[in-house]
Parts: sequence; structure tokens; C-alpha cells
Amino acid sequence: MSWINKLLPPRIKRSESTGRKAMPEGLWSKCLACEVVLYGADLEKNAQVCPKCGHHHRLRARARIDLLLDAEGRFEIGAEVLPVDPLKFKDSRRYADRLNAARDETGEADALIVMQGAIKTVPTILAVFEFGFLGGSMGSAVGERFVRGVRAALEQSLPFICVTASGGARMQESLFSLMQMAKTTAAVAELGACRLPFITVLTDPTTGGVSASFAFVGDVVIAEPGALIGFAGPRVIEQTVREKLPEGFQRSEFLLAKGAVDMIVDRRVLRDRLAGLLSLLLKAPAA
Amino acid sequence: MSINVEAARRMKTTFLEFEQPIAELEAKIEELRFVQDDSAVDISEEIERLSAKSLALTRDIYGKLTPWQIAQVARHPQRPYTLDYIGHLFTDFEELHGDRQFSDDRAIVGGLARFNGQSCVVIGQQKGRDTKEKILRNFGMPKPEGYRKALRLMQLAEKFSLPLFTFVDTPGAYPGIDAEERGQSEAIGHNLYVMASLRTPIISTVIGEGGSGGALAIAVGDVLIMLQYSTYSVISPEGCASILWKSADRAGDAAEAMGITATRLKGLGLVDRVVTEPIGGAHRDPRAMALALKRVLAESLRQLAELSPGELVARRHERLMAYGRFKEQAAS
Repeated sequence: MSWINKLLPPRIKRSESTGRKAMPEGLWSKCLACEVVLYGADLEKNAQVCPKCGHHHRLRARARIDLLLDAEGRFEIGAEVLPVDPLKFKDSRRYADRLNAARDETGEADALIVMQGAIKTVPTILAVFEFGFLGGSMGSAVGERFVRGVRAALEQSLPFICVTASGGARMQESLFSLMQMAKTTAAVAELGACRLPFITVLTDPTTGGVSASFAFVGDVVIAEPGALIGFAGPRVIEQTVREKLPEGFQRSEFLLAKGAVDMIVDRRVLRDRLAGLLSLLLKAPAA
Repeated sequence: MSINVEAARRMKTTFLEFEQPIAELEAKIEELRFVQDDSAVDISEEIERLSAKSLALTRDIYGKLTPWQIAQVARHPQRPYTLDYIGHLFTDFEELHGDRQFSDDRAIVGGLARFNGQSCVVIGQQKGRDTKEKILRNFGMPKPEGYRKALRLMQLAEKFSLPLFTFVDTPGAYPGIDAEERGQSEAIGHNLYVMASLRTPIISTVIGEGGSGGALAIAVGDVLIMLQYSTYSVISPEGCASILWKSADRAGDAAEAMGITATRLKGLGLVDRVVTEPIGGAHRDPRAMALALKRVLAESLRQLAELSPGELVARRHERLMAYGRFKEQAAS
């Protein structure tokens, strides 16, 4: 970040075309799994799932919302909550600069977007992590947005769904970040006390502080195919146990086999499945 | 005689790198003491003078410890551990074992006890003193079964309306294959969920290392206390340094930047009470340390005892919701 940016007023560019940067620029891209060359627009139409091998590429938060929520009657919750730098944190780069860079790259002000809307006409609150924003890390603003979303659910007796994609707590906010684990999970406990459904969708990757807080306390825990999900990252585990990790370790299919998640759902049918689950939990008549 | 020598040898303080000037002085005092035994000349005055000097030097060094040095004190091999505090603070301790599902994790200890005569539940992470015990305790790094044992004891406390004391001292939850297989994330998250609305007072004290989610999993409560030279952080300084500075050698910088010390965290409003340690750290005088902590625990419990379970949970919820620093700006 150069000095000139400090002189100029900040321009928060909210581009209309979010989700477009999720894949490398250009008309053509390669599937990260089977390496087949794909037409970019095809991949986008297919929610970033490879039409050949079914590999789930990472999906931008706004694109995820478009995929899941009905087009009408949406409004964002907690967009007014913005991150600050409480510790004046500086490593090789200042945290404030990292925040600005992440904002410019993603068009988002922090790593969580909360939206009120409906899934196939079932009203719901949907919170989605943006992995592109500092690895989807959870700091104070993310925690507060999450809580405001839960509060909206409580006030209107709505279900709450969270789609995770996060490396964990945000180091640059240190203990403030750690406490967001307690804060978000306590909010979820309120949902439980009011018997409101809480569903989590764990996507690639979900580790650390997000994994070890509210991710696994959902009434229903869904994983996307092939997602990396765990407490510790594979590199840390490898360093600790000093051995090569088994094939497929910490992937969704592994978690399903170990009994850690309820189901694995293909992204292309996620909206239908969520609508079905909500209607079952809410005891609504079959569609 | 030989027993005394053995005891003295065992009691000998281990000095950290930044304490070397103190170590040298103490070695000299030790030497003089040895000479004094069969010396015609009275050198006790000299010993006294040097002892005073050593104390002053310790006070001086400990007066300006860096966060990284404090992290070393928090991990000191002679630092009192949970079971040491249980011995000093509680009576009638009945350890309860196992999670009833898989096994008994020795990295977490807990059970029923009395605090000033009153029944209570105690839970804490436990490190090992010698190599054998270190392995038994998995270096104080709990696995899911440890957190599930803790959960069981929390619910026991709630069931019988017993106050819950927790003692935090862990480098972190164990990052291993078996821990992942058995759901480390779920175990920690579940504890956070239950502690948020447990209908009994929870008083948590960080006595050594407060290592991230593995520490938090027994530390969501009504009062958060830290001993003066304990640390609490979202990631270890080494871990943070290797990610953000690309080198674990920059742990000192990371410790500084993250603000992991008791006084800094108190200043940020994240910790309620800081208990002053004896000069040179808790390990220099565990009994005095425990006594000072006991006063604070008793005071905290007295305050919480005035609240009904409903008020207690509402207050805790409010505390949890207040965590975090952000700004608000109307979206343009």
C-alpha cells in the first residue's frame, strides 16, 4: 500500500460481478483435479464444479448466496460492521494494509457475508464465509456479523445456515479472534434454546477456530465433496507425528466414515437438499 | 543427610537463559554455603549480602521481561501445574476419570473437591514433570476424550449446582491423526456450546500456557483470571512467526505483536484479574502463589454466588457478546 492511497479517500468498490474472480482470469481454465480444460463460462454455470470429474472448486461467497437463495427479497445483515486493527499488528506487512488489499481483491469488507432471504420460499438467514478474504479468517467483525445474523434469526424465529470456508481464527487480532469462537458458539446455543434449526455446510477448507467452534454443533452438519475439514492443518499434523498422512485424511469422505458429519452433498443439489431439510425440521408439509 | 542433599538437589531452581546473571550469583552463594560448613571464618554476612543482591537482580530482571521471556516463564519446567494447585487450594479431591466413551485422557485432570469447605468441581490441563510423566500427560495437549471428560464433569457440576473451577495450562489441543479421527473440532466446539449456558458459576484461571482453542475449551466462563507470567494466545508465538514471518525464529516478534501477556490482555479488557506472582515467578514459591490465587478465587466465587443461575447465564452471555473490536459505518 503506497502513501498515495492514504491521501486519496478510500473507495470501496462493490463490483456487481462478484464471483467472477473465483477462477483464474481468462476464457479457459483447467480443472484442478482432472486437469481437463474447461470453458470458464461453463464452469461458472456449473457452480465451479467440474462437469467432467465433479471436483468442487472454491466458490466465492456472493456466488454461493446466488446459488442458494431465491433471487427476491434478500437483504444483507451486518454489512455496517467493519474490521479494525486493535493491536496495531504488523508482521512483514501491516494488518491494516492486509485488510485494504483483501478488500480491494474481493470487494468485501470482511470474510463473512450474512444475508436474509429464502431458500425455495423457506425464509432463512444465511451466513457465508469468503475464503478469498484473508483465508476466511474469523476476527471481531466476522464474529459480530455472525451474531447479528443469529440475532435476526432469533427475532424472527428463522433457521440459520452457515457455509464455512476458513483457515481459522485471525492471528492479527490475537485473543480477540480466539474469543470469537466462544462468542459465535454462544450465539448458536441461543438458537438451540429457542429450537431454531442451525445447519452448517462445511466447504473447502474448514480448519482451526471455525472448525473447532460452531461448525460441528449444527443440528445437521453437511460437507461438500472432497473438502479439507479438520482441527489442525495437515502440515502441522505431519510435523507433530512425523509421518506421511494417509490418503484422503481430513477429507469430507473420511469425516463421514468417522461419523463426524451427517452427509456429503453435491453443490449442484445443495439448494434442494437444504430446502428439504429445513422443511423437515420446521415440520412443513412436503413440497 | 543424604536425603536432604537429594531433596536440595531436586529443589534447585532451573534458570532460564535470560536469568543467567541470577544463576551465576546463586551458584556463588551455594558455593559459599558449602564452604561455610567446615570453615572457621564466619561468612554468613557475605552470603546474606549476595542473597540480597540476587533478590534485587531478580526483581530487576523480572521488572522488564519481554513478552517472549514471559512465555518462557509460563513454560518453565518447574512451574506449578494444575495438580500442584489442586493440592494447595482444595481439600478432599476425588479425581474422576474417563469420558465413558473411549478412554481416560491424562492431559486433563478433574474431579470433585472442596474449596474453603464448599463442594465444587475442578478441571484442568495437566503437564508432566519428568519424561515419563510428560509422555503420560501428552505434554498437556488434550485429545477429544480429554475434552469429553471435561464436558462430563461440567455437566456434573451443573447437575448438583457446584461451582466449577478450571485451570488452563496447555500448549494447545493435540494436533495428531487419532485426535482428528475422533473429532477434536467437535469436542472443543461442543464444550464452548455447553459452557456458554451452563447453569453454575465458572471461574477460569490461566496458570501457565493458554494455547488457543485447546485452552478456550475449558475456559468459557464468568471470571477469567491470569497469573502474572502466564500467557494466552490464539496461536503459539512460534506458530504465528512461522506463518506470518515465515520463520519460527521470529517468535519473539510474534509474542510482542500478539500481546499474549496477562497485563496486556487485562489492558485490552479480555481478562478480569491478574494475580501477581512471587519474585522470580510462581515456581520460586508455589505455596505463596497458591495463597494469592486462593484469595482471588474466593472473592470471585463470593460475587458470583449472589446471582441466580438465570442471572449468571444472562451475564455470561452478555460478556461473551461483548468480545471483539470493530467499527460501524452505514453502508453507502
